Amino acid sequence: MINATGLELTARAIGEAVGEGSVRDTIFFRDQATLDVRPEDVHRILSHLRDDADERFDVLASLHGCDYFPHEPRLAVHYQLLSTERGERLGVRTRLTVEQAETTGVPTVCDLFPTADFQEKEVFDFFGVRFEGHEDLRRLHMPEDYEGHAQRRDFPMGGEPVLYTFNEHKVPRWYE
Amino acid sequence: MEIRRQPLQTEPQAFPPEQPGELRVRQLRARQLLRGEIEDSQLAEYVESRVGLTTLEKAQNWARANAPWPLTFGLACCAIEMISVVGAPRNDAARFGAEVFRASPRQADMIILSGRVAMKMAPVIRRIYDQMLEPKWVISMGACASSAGMFNNYALVQGADRFLPVDIYVPGCPPRPEALLHGINRLQEKIKGQPDLGWRERYRAQGTEEVWGRTGAEAPAGGAPR
Amino acid sequence: MSSPGLGTPYRRREESVTLERMEAPLAGTQVESDAELFTINMGPHHPATHGVLRLLCTLEGEVVRDVTPLIGYVHTGIEKSCEDQQYWKVIPFVERMDYLAYYFNAYAFCAAVERLLDEQVPPRAQYLRVAHMELNRIASHLFWLGTSALDLGAITVLWWALRDRDMILDLFEMSGGQRLHPRYFQVGGVIEDIPPGWARKCLDFVAQMRTRIDQYEALLNENPILLERLRGVGVVSQDRLKQLGVTGPLLRASGDPWDLRKTIPYSSYEDFEFRIPVGTVGDHYDRYRVRIAEMRESLKIIEQAVEGIPEGPFITTNRKVALPPRHELATSMEALIHHFKLVTEGFRVPPGEIYEAIESPRGELGCFVLADGSSKPARVHMRDPSFINLQCLHDMAEGELIADLIAGIAMLDPILGGIDR
Repeated sequence: MINATGLELTARAIGEAVGEGSVRDTIFFRDQATLDVRPEDVHRILSHLRDDADERFDVLASLHGCDYFPHEPRLAVHYQLLSTERGERLGVRTRLTVEQAETTGVPTVCDLFPTADFQEKEVFDFFGVRFEGHEDLRRLHMPEDYEGHAQRRDFPMGGEPVLYTFNEHKVPRWYE
Repeated sequence: MEIRRQPLQTEPQAFPPEQPGELRVRQLRARQLLRGEIEDSQLAEYVESRVGLTTLEKAQNWARANAPWPLTFGLACCAIEMISVVGAPRNDAARFGAEVFRASPRQADMIILSGRVAMKMAPVIRRIYDQMLEPKWVISMGACASSAGMFNNYALVQGADRFLPVDIYVPGCPPRPEALLHGINRLQEKIKGQPDLGWRERYRAQGTEEVWGRTGAEAPAGGAPR
Repeated sequence: MSSPGLGTPYRRREESVTLERMEAPLAGTQVESDAELFTINMGPHHPATHGVLRLLCTLEGEVVRDVTPLIGYVHTGIEKSCEDQQYWKVIPFVERMDYLAYYFNAYAFCAAVERLLDEQVPPRAQYLRVAHMELNRIASHLFWLGTSALDLGAITVLWWALRDRDMILDLFEMSGGQRLHPRYFQVGGVIEDIPPGWARKCLDFVAQMRTRIDQYEALLNENPILLERLRGVGVVSQDRLKQLGVTGPLLRASGDPWDLRKTIPYSSYEDFEFRIPVGTVGDHYDRYRVRIAEMRESLKIIEQAVEGIPEGPFITTNRKVALPPRHELATSMEALIHHFKLVTEGFRVPPGEIYEAIESPRGELGCFVLADGSSKPARVHMRDPSFINLQCLHDMAEGELIADLIAGIAMLDPILGGIDR
């Protein structure tokens, strides 16, 4: 995607290959291209971009999650594709509500890009997005039985209140 | 401009340099001792000049302090400065007897918690600390191990002293290798029984927690302690 | 004292990590059904792992059949903490992720924010950034060399590498104020110009380092023990590495000259002349040679950067983003107001999201920043190279002996701060 028109052409090509309405939106911001897609079509779209497109992308550079609270749909999974032949990047993102993420979720891309294994576990750990078809979807960083999804925006930061001289004698210490 | 040079004021030396002929005198006196030719007060004087007297506890503490063997316990960035302490020729922990980093907790004397203590890691550290044999000491190196540093969040234990008794806290993010060595020196003084009370001694003062008590319910009406 | 842990909640939590995947037939291996498989746990506290990495290894005798890394033992929640800090306050947080390549973390974040702000970085700042990043690359590779050689048994190299690393840290202390994690890179440039004498000292270091690298190579390159342990061991094909998303020296050792400094240049890397060392076979020995050669190339870049550094401002002159110089605060009212707003509230970034990737010593380090128009980022995520590279440990170590697994971890160069974040 060198420019915005190239992005539109790619979006149209994907729409023809995968299905109408699979690409919800195209964003071209500061010379970076992003496609906003439907969650259920993610696997087909990435497979098209890897194998069938005119301009192919062979490496999944990054898979990460994001929480757009308070804008709905809240949770998002971002895929950053990279083409080593042309030195170009393309971002694909899919946005889901919390209920969608926890029930149906997003199809896994581990079969296309094995690098997604750890990264999908991380997204599940921190955002609660389920990846269908992932063989071993469990928490990665937090302990196995941790409750809550830590990087959602409404999850509390944790820690403890900072003691200043004005509240030093009012705040109960952790041993009380 | 006239430059006056003065020799450095040093304390009187414990072992002044030997005068010529002294060695021969010592040899003759030693021979007399072995033959049983010295008596009574001369004997007492001789023994006192050649032998140091101390309690067993002090000797034990001296030995323990001068060879604290740390456990290899690097967690995060502070571990790199810790390895610089032991490895880099510039700041050498071997001078203080701490160059032998043991991997097994059973063989180590002290554990230097260098790095951030995550919630997941805390029980592991506790288990390793429990496996160490007495006497053991803990140096909490860096801001993260002492008090969670800048990470006031869900993932870190807010200070390692929540689950381990800590002897020395070394502040810094990361502390310079010299700071860690200073911490090891303070630990050595503590082991020998002369802990440096720091600002409490310098200002002859008490801390707020000592004046106000645990919950501060007894806080004086005026605010800061007088 | 009784050994704690048998009835405690931690033990129960440990048991929740099931070994079903190990006990079931292993995909992709030729293991006879009556093979005796034995699963051991390495770490998180272990003298050979570079940080708190826990490995569940399934062994058949001495041969490794499966390796599963379990991570999270130094998870600090940095990404979440960043959402609560102003943009310039995020820089020290983000520096502490991959704690050997601190300038790279800071640069990735600063570059992402500069792109969001559409801010131009003055050329002097770009050259200074390049010089510091390449020095950090050498420092990181030296530390890797020292600890890997220590793992493989060549203990002398640890002392030498740390000695040279001390020289680089002196340079960092001179310019940034601290050996590790100085907040030297800021959004828009660098926080302060280099002091007089830094350039001279840096060039002296470069000259000295060339002979030092010759000494390292003389000691290690044809060492029979190293050759036995590293040659032909841990070969992973280039396609498999690309599938696994592995970048950096690991990919270059297998033959692919993919380096973001050359392919998608950033921060005026296109002005410098340097080559990309590439391996042929893709075994551990190639990975070792590639990193040593990268150190030499970095020395070239530093020399060119320091000798050719242009004059000019060291940070952007846009007062809405960068602090004004202190002498102006006494005379200019606008400078005072800008200073006040920047320090208390911070600059605001218009809404948008950016993914910016650079070449760190371990591979592609990407930074994703989502801005929502306020002075605090809404999401900061680092695509850390060690995290992705860890996935190829399984391929590297399968079918090899335990000692090769240790060599594999050493050559993989994992930094747990980056893996766990």
